[in-house]
Amino acid sequence: MPFNILVLACLTYVAALFGVAFLAERRASRGMLGFLRSPLVYTLSLSIYCTAWTFYGAVGYAARSGLEFLTIYLGPTLIFVGWWWVLRKLVRIGRQQRVTSIADLISSRYGKSNLLGVVVTVIAVVAATPYIALQLQSVTLSFGVFASETPEGWALPNRDATAVWVAAGLALFTILFGTRNLDAKEQHHGIVTAIAVEAVVKLVALIAVGMFVVWGLAGGPAAIIARIQSYSDSHWVIQPGRWVGLIFLSAAAVISLPRMFQVLVVENVDERHLARASWAFPLYLFLMSLFILPIAVIGLERMPADTNPDMLVLTLPLAEGQGALAMLAFLGGFSSATSMVIVETIALATMLSNHILMPAWLWLRPKATLSGDLRRAVLLARRLSIMGVLALGFAYFRLSGGSTALAAIGLIAFAGMAQVLPALLGGIFWRGATKTGAGAGLVIGFVVWAYTLFLPSFGEGGVISAQVFAEGPFGLAWLRPQALFGTEAMDPLVHSIFWSLALNTAAFCAGSILSFPDPVERIQGAAFVNAFDSEAQAERLGWTHGKAEPEALLNMAQRILGEEALSFFEAEARAQGKAGYLPDMTPSFLAGLERRLAGSVGAATAHAMISQLFGDATVTVEDLMAVANETAQIMEYSARLEEQQEELSRTARQLREVNEKLTQLSVQKDAFLSQISHELRTPMTSIRAFSEILTEGDLPPAMVADYGRIIHTEAVRLTRLLDDLLDLSVLENGTVQLNLGLANLGQMIDHALAAAGQTRPERSFDIQRDFAAEEIFLRTDADRLVQVFINLISNARKYCDAAQPVLKIAVRQKGGRVVVDFIDNGTGIAKDAQGLIFEKFARLTDQTRAGGAGLGLAICREVMANLGGTVSYLPGQRGAAFRVTVPLRLEKQAA
Amino acid sequence: MAGRVLLIEDEVNIAEAIRFLLTRDGCEVEVLADGHAAVAAVARALPDLVILDLMLPGMSGLEILSALRADPVTVAVPVLMLTAKGQGRDREAAERAGVSAFMSKPFANAEMRATVRALLGA
Repeated sequence: MPFNILVLACLTYVAALFGVAFLAERRASRGMLGFLRSPLVYTLSLSIYCTAWTFYGAVGYAARSGLEFLTIYLGPTLIFVGWWWVLRKLVRIGRQQRVTSIADLISSRYGKSNLLGVVVTVIAVVAATPYIALQLQSVTLSFGVFASETPEGWALPNRDATAVWVAAGLALFTILFGTRNLDAKEQHHGIVTAIAVEAVVKLVALIAVGMFVVWGLAGGPAAIIARIQSYSDSHWVIQPGRWVGLIFLSAAAVISLPRMFQVLVVENVDERHLARASWAFPLYLFLMSLFILPIAVIGLERMPADTNPDMLVLTLPLAEGQGALAMLAFLGGFSSATSMVIVETIALATMLSNHILMPAWLWLRPKATLSGDLRRAVLLARRLSIMGVLALGFAYFRLSGGSTALAAIGLIAFAGMAQVLPALLGGIFWRGATKTGAGAGLVIGFVVWAYTLFLPSFGEGGVISAQVFAEGPFGLAWLRPQALFGTEAMDPLVHSIFWSLALNTAAFCAGSILSFPDPVERIQGAAFVNAFDSEAQAERLGWTHGKAEPEALLNMAQRILGEEALSFFEAEARAQGKAGYLPDMTPSFLAGLERRLAGSVGAATAHAMISQLFGDATVTVEDLMAVANETAQIMEYSARLEEQQEELSRTARQLREVNEKLTQLSVQKDAFLSQISHELRTPMTSIRAFSEILTEGDLPPAMVADYGRIIHTEAVRLTRLLDDLLDLSVLENGTVQLNLGLANLGQMIDHALAAAGQTRPERSFDIQRDFAAEEIFLRTDADRLVQVFINLISNARKYCDAAQPVLKIAVRQKGGRVVVDFIDNGTGIAKDAQGLIFEKFARLTDQTRAGGAGLGLAICREVMANLGGTVSYLPGQRGAAFRVTVPLRLEKQAA
Repeated sequence: MAGRVLLIEDEVNIAEAIRFLLTRDGCEVEVLADGHAAVAAVARALPDLVILDLMLPGMSGLEILSALRADPVTVAVPVLMLTAKGQGRDREAAERAGVSAFMSKPFANAEMRATVRALLGA
């Protein structure tokens, strides 16, 4: 068959796969998942377990070791049939924690430790690189087979170039469909569908070759069984130790290989698909292994002795002239290799970018999270990772020279990845497992595996020298790579599995017991180990998982929303065209309900509730964090409320104070009215009594004159009181009309002294003045200022109790103000009374002596306020002292 | 009408009017302006009637009344209270303190004289 046709067939096949993947992607993006979500697709996608190694290598394996190849199928079969509950727990946890890879699961379980993620990623990359190389090798070999076996006799142009083209093509396909969009769940519907198609192709191809061999070459089942029987007796020896080790290894691999984890857990869209897969996948494996022995036996019989048994699936049909069948077999092998590489690459790229590249990038550019290019950076990291992984595989392919038997490489990868097993299983079943234990186990297991299996695989003198092989490093015989602690008789593979996993598990357990988990680890440990508990609880409460009963939902909503819940349900039911109050559980209805619940309990809590009810995802640590966040917000809110309450009580206190003040004012007003009444009634009493006496008429004329004078005096007193009250009222209201003008201070004092002289004119006062200082012109209301002066001088005349009364009038100019002090040499005013004297009716002595109503100083105070100045008592002088401060220029009416 | 009247009033003109009226009616009128002096005077020589102004310097009329009523010697002396404040509250307070009669200022001379006469029992 010409090379061109082969290439054309490959390209056509790949193009078809492209089409399938593209269509599936498009359906998925439109939400039309349909068959994409079927258990069949899920089961078929699991078939990437069967790589080119199983497709080609199983026959080679059978040719070399007989039935031992079955161990590779028995492990997964046992797991799927007997241990499906482990898988179910993994799938459940994967869903709950939105796990993106096996490294993510381990890191997430052990307190979101990225270091563990890095360790697992490194192990996965190191273990998978030979495996990817193996796939490149098998594709290249299969090309080579066509080259050498065909009568046309073309030679494969260049082995390495072919491998490069294959690797580049795979990289392109993977990048195209593996990094089309960034989905938090890392699901790739297009690729999964393409893989399902490839699964069918490789099964059909292998069965077709098998049937051709059994019925076309061997002559039916009976004949083939007889031949196998005769062949196996003489050639194949069953080694029980290897069987146990290999079954265990393949069982571990089906869980822990990155690509298996990817399709089993990450790409799982429905946990129930696992039920179908638990019997369908073993069936698939059974069909895949059914014709291995016949092909191997017939191939060994018919083909030349130097034929590569790994290529019998291809070479046998070719040798028998079945070009089309060979082509089909070639496509089957091609499918096996490509599907494995694509998924493995995606899984590794996810790990690499999530655990190594992105953290490093964010560490280098901490501000990047704020800008929009994070998404671009993630995609770039993915793409670089994909190319990097394929480049590594190609490099290993070049270095190893493609000589090692396919199965051996596969087993090395299995053993490497199996190192994850203790941390993985311990993590989901043992709450006591800790980060330290997991890290210790992983590192020790990895080191032992590398030392006893991976590095020796390069051959004696490859990486490890022949001397170390024979005598151990530094002559320490117990450290010989393939005879640790003197275990010489063991098969190297079994030896490595035994020691690496034994030491791994021991370190894991010891580390976990000796260390203490941090809080996040404890939370995650509980979430992982008790992955099923939350749902069991939901079922107890009457919510079947995955489908909440509308009544239960209404019940819950009513508890939170009250009456609003029922009306909302009714409205939704009406909108859906249903009678009653129980609408269908459509996504839009649930979204609406969640929004309403969010209004009451917060978005995170509402989301957690709805998710819980619908089993789509139970509450994750992030959800809990969000709930805690909301709680914090609520606490903050209540703190604000408290603050407001405090403010309210502060306002209430202020109101109380104002009220008290008003009550006090009211009392003062009553007292004032009472005072005024008294001040008015007192002169009236005299006036009335004496006028009645006078009207009686029989009084001596001297008494008539006396009593008439009394009536006059009291009438004048009454008038003055009324004048004062009126004046005070005008002054207090601020409605006083000021008569501003320039006036000489000295003249004003002269006027005041003259007027005040009428008060107790019998007393002679010594007035001390500084006339020079009084030569100031003030712009003010002169009459008002004189009124104040008269008041103060009159008070001095009334109250100064000195035998030789002296009044000193001192004038001083201070800035724009003039200060006038009136100081007498009397006793002065008692300290406790000084604050009272400016109040109304604050007469300190008996009123007979004062002769006023007690409003004088109150009026002075109001006048000075109106003149923009002050009047105050000046304590600390020898006698009574008042200070008047007045502005030099009063420009406008002061309040 | 005869009797010894003690008038306690700080307004000299009012005191003069009352003194004139009661003296003319035949009473012996003693005028005091200070509360403390008044209590001492009552205790010294029990008058037939005490006329008290409510607002007094030193000691208020109510205080004097209470003092008189608290002393067994003066407890029975009739007291006429005069006030210029004219508020119901003051009248009630005075009645509680045991006043014999209460008059608001300004008063009609005839009414005042009649009240005094009634209190003196003449």
